[in-house]
Amino acid sequence: MSFSRRKFLIGTGVVGGGLVIGFSLSNKPLIPGTRKNTFQPNAFLQITPENQVIFQLNRYEMGQGVFSSIPVLLGEELDYEPSGIISEFAGVHPDFAVGGMQLTGGSTSIYTAWKPIREAGATARAMLIKAGARQWRINEDDCTTANGQVKNNITGELLSYGKLSAAASKLSVPGNIKLKEPVDYQWVGKELPRHDAQIKADGTAVFGIDVQLPGLKTAVVVRPPQFGASVKSYDASRAKASNGVIRIFSIHSGIAVVAESYWQARKAAGLLSIEWQDGPLASVSTDSIVAEQKQALKHGEKNAFEEAGEIDSAWDQAAITIEAEYHSPYAHHSPMEPQNCTALIKNGRCEIWAPTQGPDMVRSIAAHFSDIEQENITVNTTFMGGGFGRRGYMDFAGEVAAIAKLMPGTPVKLIWTREDDMQHDFYRPSSYHGTKGALDADGNLLAWQHDIVTASIVKGFAPEIMSTVLPSWVPSETARGLGKTVGGWVAGSIPINREGMNIAYLTPNMRLNSIHHDPGIPIGFWRSVGHSHTAFVAESFVDELAHSAKADPVEFRLRHLKDKPRHTAVLKLATEKAGWNQSAEGVYQGVAVHESFRSYAAMVIEVSINGSQYTIERVVAAVDCGRAINPDIVRSQVESAIIYGLGPATKAAITIENGAVVQSNFHDLPVVRINECPNMEVYVVDSEEAPTGIGEIGLPPVAPALANALFSATGQRLRQMPLRLS
Amino acid sequence: MVSFNLNGKQVSVDAEIDTPLLWILRDHLNMNGTKFGCGAGLCGACTILLDDQATRSCVIPLAAIEGKSITTIEGLGDDHPVKQAWTELSVAQCGYCQPGQIMSTVSLLNQNSAPSDDEIKSALAGNICRCGTYQRIIAAVHKVAEGQLFYNADTVSPEQSMLKDGDL
Repeated sequence: MSFSRRKFLIGTGVVGGGLVIGFSLSNKPLIPGTRKNTFQPNAFLQITPENQVIFQLNRYEMGQGVFSSIPVLLGEELDYEPSGIISEFAGVHPDFAVGGMQLTGGSTSIYTAWKPIREAGATARAMLIKAGARQWRINEDDCTTANGQVKNNITGELLSYGKLSAAASKLSVPGNIKLKEPVDYQWVGKELPRHDAQIKADGTAVFGIDVQLPGLKTAVVVRPPQFGASVKSYDASRAKASNGVIRIFSIHSGIAVVAESYWQARKAAGLLSIEWQDGPLASVSTDSIVAEQKQALKHGEKNAFEEAGEIDSAWDQAAITIEAEYHSPYAHHSPMEPQNCTALIKNGRCEIWAPTQGPDMVRSIAAHFSDIEQENITVNTTFMGGGFGRRGYMDFAGEVAAIAKLMPGTPVKLIWTREDDMQHDFYRPSSYHGTKGALDADGNLLAWQHDIVTASIVKGFAPEIMSTVLPSWVPSETARGLGKTVGGWVAGSIPINREGMNIAYLTPNMRLNSIHHDPGIPIGFWRSVGHSHTAFVAESFVDELAHSAKADPVEFRLRHLKDKPRHTAVLKLATEKAGWNQSAEGVYQGVAVHESFRSYAAMVIEVSINGSQYTIERVVAAVDCGRAINPDIVRSQVESAIIYGLGPATKAAITIENGAVVQSNFHDLPVVRINECPNMEVYVVDSEEAPTGIGEIGLPPVAPALANALFSATGQRLRQMPLRLS
Repeated sequence: MVSFNLNGKQVSVDAEIDTPLLWILRDHLNMNGTKFGCGAGLCGACTILLDDQATRSCVIPLAAIEGKSITTIEGLGDDHPVKQAWTELSVAQCGYCQPGQIMSTVSLLNQNSAPSDDEIKSALAGNICRCGTYQRIIAAVHKVAEGQLFYNADTVSPEQSMLKDGDL
């Protein structure tokens, strides 16, 4: 990312509704959020004459803490109290894109913000010092900054950044900005309160569903329960007569009902009489999918995407060889805030309010459905009531744009029900795995083979075959851009959904095979993506090998991680803190360690058993995510990933009958509740490395550490999620 | 027309009497602090106090609240100790479920000023948090109880209400 010089923008401003009008002297569109009379050295930062710092935050808040941690990076280099920075979710602009997209995901926010956002702050600070030095006619070396002020070290005079903002805005942007030494950090690395803690405790934080506009109407959409089905015919006569109903019409995804209020729309939707036309998935079920996956494991075409040594001859030299099959079913996201989106189309312009992980994708999809050019579409991003990957899909924006297009001048808020959300998700893919491992006479790993049968997520982004991941209406440029960006998240492991199979353990012979099998059920990014099932398999199977070698599972792992210091460090930290092999009577331990999103996590889970029921007594995690910008948020993210991961690991799976999802709400798809919350301890490695991912890395070790603990307790090796003892 | 007391003010609402209180609050009174999560009383995001009892507003019809007293997240004063504890411990992640968690906690502490872990878990088992903030919620409830800062939900400060006498 580079910063371009932007002239003091005169004659521009923000008008009602957040639409920015005016002109920019660069050939790029005006930067969203730009105010009059501010010092704006780059797209991210403005300083007002009143000494306010306004930050355009190009990463979107779904709970992971970017609203609090990224302003710290800016404030640190600017020497301005981070909690005083006014952060706004950035509108769509090329300067806010990372890797060509404005997508928040892949645990990349801190990793990619670390350098450019600090540089944004340091650049502004250097210009403010220069402006102060000129005003005082002294050398810049005689100036320092603190608390939003430049100090004249000769006279002791102080000038606020705001007072220097007009002068600073006339200076050229310097190159070669020097960043602070870590020893000088005031805020980076400190356990600071979240900036959104108060507004989320008093109910004033504005989520997408809370957007209010004058004259706002509410829409609901009734979609075919079966994936790929369509509307054959419908009768809206009873629904139209229902109180408050304004319009009922067919859109690409189903039948839309627009009413004065949500309840009126929902009631009317219940009065629709719709005949659905079966689609190609009418006979697809979980049973058929798993049966096909098992067949594919035996007979499918294998693509060996990673190989080492001579594995075919290695099996003959083995002292012990074991094989196993594992299965990970579809999993749902279910963020607490059901999908929703608000749009107003008027006079050839479109404005959108969306709780989204990617406002640029919202814009391109809205353009497709509204027939309005992208430059005439404004996207306002709100707080998200959870994301977990679900809000990387913008189907809701396409729907609301299609509805608003038919009702020009009327703002419309589309609200999905929980049932809509659960039954029209982009699920963690179903996967079926074959593993084979060999030990030599010394009990060391000799060969490792892991075959995965699943559909690829990224494959879906190729426009010609994107039906799996993105509905056919997603514009091809969006699909390509997303595929490219997401591919970059897991460098080298395209297609996504098999990452994490390349084990860290030292083995002379290895082969990883993928076997493509796509039942056509919509699939997508689910917190930690492929790692969430590949780590379950790999870390369970390495445990099986350790037991086959009659070795301690921790000692076996450490022995094979000699050249992996960061894996070793987190594994040692977690097992030391947990007291490995020192659990109380009746408490059993399991362990797992896994690298994902450039970070490392190890976990010890302790269980107790009562018949076929088990209780998770304690979870001890150690993580290395490089330098922790806010260790408290790092810990909270790991706690979050543990609870989120325990859902599919212990509770329930999404199942399919007749091409439709069986489950509909939290009664038949239970999630982890507070009475099932284990005691969690999270330890963060003190690191000087550049910061890496944290939002997802706590999840992959959860299922295998639990499965390994249950084996330790009962001798039952559970190879399918959710983990159920017999 | 249904009349009830909302955060210390009398209000009257003219709407279909089967409309859930959640949507009366959100669509008719423009009070968005109370959240829609499941529509079936399963997740607790819509929790309010109905005569001081934690209640799922998504399954209580307007007809059932005539003459009742309702407290929402907006009705807790700025310095309410439960909100303070939530803020100080940075409990919220996405934050969407937290108004419901807080209202359930207020109800719990009204009845039990020093709950144990098990009592907290039992009282809040109806409130789902997909971000998994449970451990911090438990810590925050203890913080309020130990600080003995809690005051009764009746002490809604009228100036905090978005509504004025005679509105609606």
